[in-house]
Amino acid sequence: MQSSSRSGRPLSPHLQIYRWQYTMALSILHRITGCALSLGLVLFAYWLVALAGGEQTYAQAIGVFSHPITKILLAGFSFAFFFHLLNGVRHLTWDTGHGLERKSARASGWLAFIGAIICTAFFWVLVFNRIAEANA
Amino acid sequence: MAQFRLPANSKIVSGKTYKAAPGAKDVRAFKIYRFDPDSGENPRVDTYEVDMTTCGPMVLDALIKIKNEIDSTLTFRRSCREGICGSCAMNIDGLNTLACTKACDDVKGAVKIYPLPHMPVVKDLVPDLTNFYAQYAAVKPWLQTRTPAPPDRERLQSKEDQERIDRPAACILCACCSTSCPSYWWNSDRYLGPAALLAAYRWIIDSRDEATGERLDALEDPFRLYRCHTIMNCTEACPKDLNPARAIAEIKKKIVERNH
Repeated sequence: MQSSSRSGRPLSPHLQIYRWQYTMALSILHRITGCALSLGLVLFAYWLVALAGGEQTYAQAIGVFSHPITKILLAGFSFAFFFHLLNGVRHLTWDTGHGLERKSARASGWLAFIGAIICTAFFWVLVFNRIAEANA
Repeated sequence: MAQFRLPANSKIVSGKTYKAAPGAKDVRAFKIYRFDPDSGENPRVDTYEVDMTTCGPMVLDALIKIKNEIDSTLTFRRSCREGICGSCAMNIDGLNTLACTKACDDVKGAVKIYPLPHMPVVKDLVPDLTNFYAQYAAVKPWLQTRTPAPPDRERLQSKEDQERIDRPAACILCACCSTSCPSYWWNSDRYLGPAALLAAYRWIIDSRDEATGERLDALEDPFRLYRCHTIMNCTEACPKDLNPARAIAEIKKKIVERNH
């Protein structure tokens, strides 16, 4: 395409003016959660390395993981996991040619998003129950 | 790499306000993108106050009223005023649609009107559609056959076969879908976009067409077809209620089926 700067013509506004819709919001969230999952693996790798390093490094890692900031990161990581998983299934279904009507695509979008929130909450309830059990 | 911000010559500056006549009862503000190629100035947004008691219901009615009565330099494309020519496609209230079928009452607050997004602007609300039309031509939107036509009649098809192409063939090439697609915004030089792909699909599934293999070959490309990430902005935007996203998914499916 002839670039607008070469032709001297201005480029019409796009992101600046387009109304945010669930379609583009979920699409960019799918990408963001995909990147977050890769970055989150660094935390997981650190945990494994600390585990292999012995009692002292592991105790240090536990200290890092019980820090509030790390907890928030882990909560985000788990949401990223569940959303990317559910929305991934949505994309797989689309690839078979199903669920592409406006209505069903909207419904499955909400299902993936709310489903991910519910799964994340449920997951952390389970985790905290386990921790409470272990401490008892 | 996609450029998310507007180039320096495209940044929008504040424009003029045209007040409604005193005594006007039902006043509505229209904030409209203006670009004058002869002035050398950056694009601006002008505000026009329109008395809705003497204006038709659609956004196109308001644009025509503004051009007739307030500012004759306002430039836009329009023709049929009934949603079949596709000329008056623009971005109204943040979404791409046809000005002639969009009611002013469906918009809350001031009516914001911009040209179709991420396109070179010729003037005001008129985008340069050269590339868009070239992409349409690139999918060879005509019947391709190898067998000779029956000597005594046309190439016939069953009612069912006709119904399969009925919807995709209803595309009016207004470009609302392609210019709503973020993937098209960043890659319109190599990605064909939803409108051209919907047209390609219409010919791929035509029972009379005999170039299906060649058509799929031409599309099997990381950019031309596979820059579609099923965002679905296209299907949300289509003023004719067509489904380009599904058409693209069906093309991808046909390529997979053919290769296995």
